Amino acid sequence: MAEAASVAAESLAGSRARAARTVLGQVVLPGEELLLPEQEDAEGPGGAVERPLSLNAGACSRVRVVCGPGLRRCGDRLLVTKCGRLRHKEPGSGSGGGVYWVDSQQKRYVPVKGDHVIGIVTAKSGDIFKVDVGGSEPASLSYLSFEGATKRNRPNVQVGDLIYGQFVVANKDMEPEMVCIDSCGRANGMGVIGQDGLLFKVTLGLIRKLLAPDCEIIQEVGKLYPLEIVFGMNGRIWVKAKTIQQTLILANILEACEHMTSDQRKQIFSRLAES
Amino acid sequence: MEEEMHTDAKIRAESGTGSSPRGSGCSLRHFACEQNLLSRPDGSASFLQGDTSVLAGVYGPAEVKVSKEIFNKATLEVILRPKIGLPGVAEKSRERLIRNTCEAVVLGTLHPRTSITVVLQVVSDAGSLLACCLNAACMALVDAGVPMRALFCGITCALDSDGTLVLDPTSKQEKEARAVLTFALDSVERKLLMSSTKGLYSDTELQQCLAAAQAASQHVFRFYRESLQRRYSKS
Repeated sequence: MAEAASVAAESLAGSRARAARTVLGQVVLPGEELLLPEQEDAEGPGGAVERPLSLNAGACSRVRVVCGPGLRRCGDRLLVTKCGRLRHKEPGSGSGGGVYWVDSQQKRYVPVKGDHVIGIVTAKSGDIFKVDVGGSEPASLSYLSFEGATKRNRPNVQVGDLIYGQFVVANKDMEPEMVCIDSCGRANGMGVIGQDGLLFKVTLGLIRKLLAPDCEIIQEVGKLYPLEIVFGMNGRIWVKAKTIQQTLILANILEACEHMTSDQRKQIFSRLAES
Repeated sequence: MEEEMHTDAKIRAESGTGSSPRGSGCSLRHFACEQNLLSRPDGSASFLQGDTSVLAGVYGPAEVKVSKEIFNKATLEVILRPKIGLPGVAEKSRERLIRNTCEAVVLGTLHPRTSITVVLQVVSDAGSLLACCLNAACMALVDAGVPMRALFCGITCALDSDGTLVLDPTSKQEKEARAVLTFALDSVERKLLMSSTKGLYSDTELQQCLAAAQAASQHVFRFYRESLQRRYSKS
């Protein structure tokens, strides 16, 4: 029994909570606990540090950290719930401890408020459209949520149309609702997506990579052919170029981008630019 | 004490003809795992333990039929298909065991009124099938990005007629064993999530098997970590 106990102790030692700072950029697994910055000082050698009970509420020096996707609060620590790389973003204006999140590779979309997505209209019932966004439920879109739409002037939306809109209600308890206008009442690029073009699906991580501010892929693709492109955070991309062949080439390039290194990509682009 | 050491030495002994020699430190068979190999499911994994191979696919969180929806958590379904023939009662029973293990670990309350479906296909069965199914299901759930509170793994032990403990037995060892015990352990504190046993064994033997399984689960979790790190290092 002593041997079993020693083996058990050795295995438990590996699962002690680590400081979030030391794990940044590394792969974390579900079940790991992370310590937030100001706590590891108190948890130092032996963990038997005594702290005087403070009666003055203002003296509490707690840093407010935002817990992003893939992490959950567990007591006063963070519990990792998805596998991926741990990331951190410093706060812009100095207050709070920034945001921690896990960058994971996923195919399934879960609606989040404020996300811009491409949906397909599946049903028209009374005053609302049912739009399939790739989540567990179809989202609802009211006919009044388009620019310039009134009760007399209905928008021209048919079943099977593509819609680019954003979520105004998206939580786990309610059916997601989307709109095609922003808070000022302007379309701002949202609404029904035009005729032709091609809609295809990629992983959510690739969309985030393509929408990053300094993404070279989009700049290089723009130099190849004139094109229209719409990215939906639900993993859907719509492209349209002058000819069908060019559209298909663009779709294949974007799908393959995930697995290519930047050198391979540059080779392919230079070969296409020549032909 | 003497009895403990004796049993411990026996765990590492070679067992019978026809079984491949096992490493001295770890008496589990060779592992292999591949993720994201199927294009349709949201997550997929293939787990190999020696010659036993299981392919798992996970769909979710997806739409659920109104008759099956639960108002405050996700409905977890497990479908296990044998290599040949129609699924029978043994498959149903294994599906229930795997489902109970997954429900203990998956954070279903984050996705109420949705369904998470795990589909397992037995590609080859050479012993320790339930443990291989559990490992494949865990890797597929991680690949799909389903939120979990811990990882889990399955370990099988076989007890010989003279009390020898063999971990990860082959089908020949399972047939000749007096008792076959399968445990599902979680990654945070090696707690027992599920146990399925068949045969004749005593209380002390159960405790010894559980302790051996907990020690062996370290290797499985280390293998999980290495294979996931390799996957994310490519991006």
